[in-house]
Amino acid sequence: MKTLMLGNEAAARGLYEAGCSFVSSYPGTPSTEITECAAKYPEIYAEWAPNEKVAMEAAFGASLAGYRSFCGMKHVGLNVAADPLFTLSYTGVRGGLVIGVADDAGMHSSQNEQDSRHYAIAAKLPMLEPSDAAESLAFAKLAYEISEKFDTPVLLKMCTRVAHSQSVVEPSDRQEFTPVPYEKNIAKFVMMPACAKARHPIVEQRTLSLQAWAETAEINRVEDGTDHSIGLIASSTSYQYVKEVCGDRYPVLKLGMVNPLPVKKIQEFAKSVEKVIVVEELDGIIEAHCRAIGVQNVAGKELFGCIGEFGQNYVAEKLGMPVHSGKKLDEAIPGRPPVMCAGCPHRGLFYTLKKNKLTVLGDIGCYTLGAAAPLAAIDTTICMGASVSGLHGFNKASGEKNAAHTVAVIGDSTFMHSGVTGLINIAYNESTSTVIILDNSITGMTGHQQNPTTGFNLKGDPCTKIDLEALCHAVGIRRVRVVDPYDLAACDKAVKEELAADEPSVIISRRPCALLKYVKHPGPIEAKPEKCVGCKSCMKLGCPAISVTGGKVQIDNTLCTGCGLCRQLCHKGALGE
Amino acid sequence: METKNIMIVGVGGQGTLLASKLLGRILLENGYDVKVSEVHGMSQRGGSVVTYVRYGDKVYSPIIDKGEADFVLSFELLEAARWAEYLKEGGVLLTNTQKINPMPVITGAAEYPKALEEKLTALPIRLDAMDALGLALKAGSAKAVNLVLLGRLSRYFHFTDEQWQDAIEKSVPAKFLELNKKAFALGAEA
Ligand SMILES: Cc1ncc(C[n+]2csc(CCOP(=O)(O)OP(=O)(O)O)c2C)c(N)n1
Ligand code: SF4
Ligand code: SF4
Repeated sequence: MKTLMLGNEAAARGLYEAGCSFVSSYPGTPSTEITECAAKYPEIYAEWAPNEKVAMEAAFGASLAGYRSFCGMKHVGLNVAADPLFTLSYTGVRGGLVIGVADDAGMHSSQNEQDSRHYAIAAKLPMLEPSDAAESLAFAKLAYEISEKFDTPVLLKMCTRVAHSQSVVEPSDRQEFTPVPYEKNIAKFVMMPACAKARHPIVEQRTLSLQAWAETAEINRVEDGTDHSIGLIASSTSYQYVKEVCGDRYPVLKLGMVNPLPVKKIQEFAKSVEKVIVVEELDGIIEAHCRAIGVQNVAGKELFGCIGEFGQNYVAEKLGMPVHSGKKLDEAIPGRPPVMCAGCPHRGLFYTLKKNKLTVLGDIGCYTLGAAAPLAAIDTTICMGASVSGLHGFNKASGEKNAAHTVAVIGDSTFMHSGVTGLINIAYNESTSTVIILDNSITGMTGHQQNPTTGFNLKGDPCTKIDLEALCHAVGIRRVRVVDPYDLAACDKAVKEELAADEPSVIISRRPCALLKYVKHPGPIEAKPEKCVGCKSCMKLGCPAISVTGGKVQIDNTLCTGCGLCRQLCHKGALGE
Repeated sequence: METKNIMIVGVGGQGTLLASKLLGRILLENGYDVKVSEVHGMSQRGGSVVTYVRYGDKVYSPIIDKGEADFVLSFELLEAARWAEYLKEGGVLLTNTQKINPMPVITGAAEYPKALEEKLTALPIRLDAMDALGLALKAGSAKAVNLVLLGRLSRYFHFTDEQWQDAIEKSVPAKFLELNKKAFALGAEA
């Protein structure tokens, strides 16, 4: 039966239909729903690992045991998992191993817009790239066939517009996969130099075989057009934009496998048209390949550039086709950036950091929004874990004076992901650093996933809960204390005391995310505008529920949770007792 | 049939995703090819959000570009103004008149534009503005703004009431069904 599915949901359906039985992933927009949807099938064991490297290695373990397995991540997650990726290319697989990676051209929810295809090339792995939900399902299944046929992990590349667009799919039944019985094979799986040297030529040969496969594969197809003055090469959403704009006018070479790329197929396509234009988001990888295989009449990045995501108007403009336009309102329209929710537990802590004029090495999560005005309380955001390790370097290099007014902030999920190794460095190499763990009992930013500190697993069942205090003690931090971020006086005291201490310390700012269903809120506080003097002290919190109009405070009852922070800042009693 | 384009815009947390889910369902059941593009992640935290719904014989692009929308369904007035440029000439801007101040306005760095409704009428589009929040509250919850707006939107389509009711039943949790149906009806009558 035809149904609408998100690209990610369809990819999960593909895993299911292919008989995949093991999934280990780390969340990251726009990849998260593949794993969340896979977890809904009882036949699939699915888990959140603490980070992408662990996830990929776990998925490898399942493949080694003979089962079809999967791990999913966002583009930057592949940086974290790059170490196993490159060597798994050498070992190959037993049960099929598919690695889902989702790019985010346009940076809807990311800190950079790196192009994951570079990894496929560098690690010499096949990469499939679907252009809608139906292909996400089909390609996920095909990926397992390729994985086992060519003895290789296969990358399934998604992007925001495929991952988060629903389109029509026709699901079918699951085909159970018979596990490959385990056999010891040192030459294939123990990558010490002697064995690895023997494996490398196999990898090179595999690339040639895959390239030959790419020449005739149905997923690399030519759709003919009526006008051969231009031939377009595209994959993923770029293909959709091209079809939207040009219809059947120009021939299109639609690529479903973006590594390795075919040679003859592209050369022949180029011969059949006067000029080839490659339409690809981010880097000019297909275009460079065209040039490398001697295609002269090719254009691409000189037209399209390598920044941001495309759309149909953009593609139309670059191809000289009619561009749609609408009438704009002649008016300055203020932006609406994302903000921390009303009642967010991170807010009180950030207010304290700002008030104490601290330098704050930040990390990635909802709390990154602490960098926005009016709090503007974060100095850096690089990658997951960089707050803790960066703080150590900052303090060691610049000495005690700076350490006394510099902190790191990191969320619970991010701390589990890659913060704890930085903390070990602080303890081991002895910097008097102060690390603040923002423990909101959830992975908030990516849509509320469980993590090792929450006490629940991906399926929502109770499980072992990692004890943050004990963990910090165990790695050698003696000063570990917990504060409630809704208590501004306590936050201020804790921050001041720990910064003054001349040894490393950890402050755990603990309060569950305000959006969690089990959290009970007292309800909106009652503003008393008649007592308000318009001093705007409460406005320093950046709570979206508070505004001061005409010199009087107002509370938006649909947003306010009654966290009470603003009340602690109002000395006139205008915000409740 | 040429592809038709509906944009659903609002503020993260207002329930725009339910509206697109419901529309996607009813369009598919009526035999169209459908694509629905959503936003997840960062902007959902109170930012400006947009969802694209496209349908026709064969839909390629998952997104809608400037000058292409037949309908913009807006949950908030400033967002209506922000996305009006995406309407084609004669397109319908169906908007809630509710105003939600964005952070730059709250902090005083920017001003919420005045008389937006009036200014929007000057554009070559059809403006259909309504107090959806008021009707949602009448139905029982501010959260039902999405169903009020869908009710109003239903007047522009030829689908039967049974089809809408069926799509609502399949899209909202049983617990809130009554409330949502009431909100839809209030929107459709308004
Ligand atoms: C390597 C990598 N993997 C995944 C992500 C996506 N991501 C961004 S923030 C985040 C986790 C945030 O959770 P937490 O640290 O608990 O903070 P919260 O959002 O709950 O405040 C994730 C998974 C990323 N940016 N980088
Ligand atoms: S989702 Fe939770 S952690 Fe994230 S901003 Fe909202 S309240 Fe804060
Ligand atoms: S109590 Fe004050 S700070 Fe807390 S959510 Fe309500 S308005 Fe915002």
